Parts: sequence; structure tokens; C-alpha cells
Amino acid sequence: MSFNWFRYSSPQTFYPLAGRLAPFFWIAAVALTIAGLYIGFFVAPTDFQQGDSYRIIFIHVPAAWMSMFIYVVMAGWAAAGLIFNTRLSSMMANALAPTGALMTAIALWTGALWGRPTWGTWWVWDARLTSELILLFLYVGFMALHASIDDPRRADKAAAILAIVGVVNVPIIYFSVKWWNTLHQGSSVSITRAPSMASTMLLGMLVMVFAFWAYSIATALTRVRGIILERERHAAWVAQLGTE
Amino acid sequence: MQWGSVGEFIAMGGYGRYVWGAFGVTFALMAGEVVTVVKAHRASLRRARLFTKRGDDR
Repeated sequence: MSFNWFRYSSPQTFYPLAGRLAPFFWIAAVALTIAGLYIGFFVAPTDFQQGDSYRIIFIHVPAAWMSMFIYVVMAGWAAAGLIFNTRLSSMMANALAPTGALMTAIALWTGALWGRPTWGTWWVWDARLTSELILLFLYVGFMALHASIDDPRRADKAAAILAIVGVVNVPIIYFSVKWWNTLHQGSSVSITRAPSMASTMLLGMLVMVFAFWAYSIATALTRVRGIILERERHAAWVAQLGTE
Repeated sequence: MQWGSVGEFIAMGGYGRYVWGAFGVTFALMAGEVVTVVKAHRASLRRARLFTKRGDDR
């Protein structure tokens, strides 16, 4: 296959590509969310231990997974920007940060609302919850640091270093329930063994995971288009865009 | 389906405020982000056009 990936590593070619791709991800996000909510509320049975409060996991788990995954992808783009000095990579990192922060906030919020009836407390300073809160601070720190430096290329480099150093927190979040004795339960879904939940519950959760994936990609693509225009406005192709 | 009525569905077996508090805030935040990114892109497009027309950053 002679597809040239590097063709799309320039803002000029990526801007229209992102514009063509985004609608598909918006549609997928809406369709999958409707399907996931239908399964989550009307097909999946009431849990015999947690009652209906468990239904919060249909958004809690996807948001928590995305919060970690987006961080790794964001740090990867930031590192690529630092190493290869490609403008678009850093713009992608910037486009992902707010969505990652939102996913982290959702994971914390829904976790608190699940924890209150299940554990009897909104919050505990255990390893899982604390490391997830640190993740939120890393996202906010990344955005604040980038915003505080006037020269965008210098801001990219400083924020990239923060993002790369912060990656160490992601395995800490993921393995915290194994490494420490946490109030937060271990994972119910794992690659190495059969999931410890009813199949309709699992199906609803996985559909919501794909919905959150599509949503995150759609928002990041739309946001990066705005960032490209802001930072490339001196370029001839943006000027041409303006006359269309 | 395990819901006998709309009221039962809203009550969520007594966990209604937790379940709807979680889903409500989540989708409100997401809807807010969608509006923000779409508006930001349009604003950037406007600023880019203005920049092209005037040739300055204002």
C-alpha cells in the first residue's frame, strides 16, 4: 500500500481531513450512546448486591479508562512534537488535554456518586482515588503551563516535558488496586480471565466504552481544527480558506 | 425489562438521585464541551478570515 502517512502530518493537509472525519465520529458517538444507554437501563438486570446504583458504572468505567488512555496518547503526541519538532503533534496534544481533563472529572464525580451508597462515603484518600485526582491536576497543569507561555513553540516544549513526566502516574492508577490495599475494588474486566459480571452488563459497558471513544476522537478532531487555524493564520493556505 | 412504571424507572430502586446525578452531570458536561469546541472552531475561522482581510492580529 502506498498510502503516505506523512502527508497528513502537516496542518495544511490534516485540517480538511479532520473536518471530513469528525462527522463520522459524532454520529458514532450519538448512536453508540443511545444503544449503550438502552442496554444499560432496559436490558441489563438489577444487581443483586448493589441494586440499581451499579448502573453508574456504565459511564464511570468508560470515563476512567478514557482519562488514562487520553493521557498516554496526549503525552505521546507531546513527545513526538518534542523529538521530531512537528507542529501538528503538539497541536494534537493540546486538543486532547481538555477532553482528558473532562473524562477525569467525570470519573471522579460518578465515582463519588457510586461510592456514597456503596461504600458509605463520597471520597477516601486511597491509592486509586488519589492517583486519579493527581491525573486531573496533571491535565490542568499541562493546559495552564501551555497557556502561561506566550511563544507557542516554547509552550509546546515546556508542556511536553510536564506531560511526559506525568505518564508515570498512569500505571500507578491502573495497578493501584493491586499494589495497595484500596477501598476501590479490583477490575471486573481483564484480558487474562473471564469478566466477573453478567454478560448484558458487560455488553452495555463495552458499548459505552466505544461511545466515549468516538466522542473523544470527535471532540479532539474538532478542537484541533480550531487550534490549527489559530496557529497557522499567517500561512497562505489559511488565507485561501478565508476567501472561499 | 424490569421497570413496572415510569416512577419505578426514575426511582432506580431508591438510588435515583445517585444514578441521575451521575448521568445528568456527565451528559451536561459533554454537551457543554461539544458546544464549546464547535463555537471555538467557528470563532477561529472568523478570526482567520479577519486576519486575512486586514493583515494584522486584531
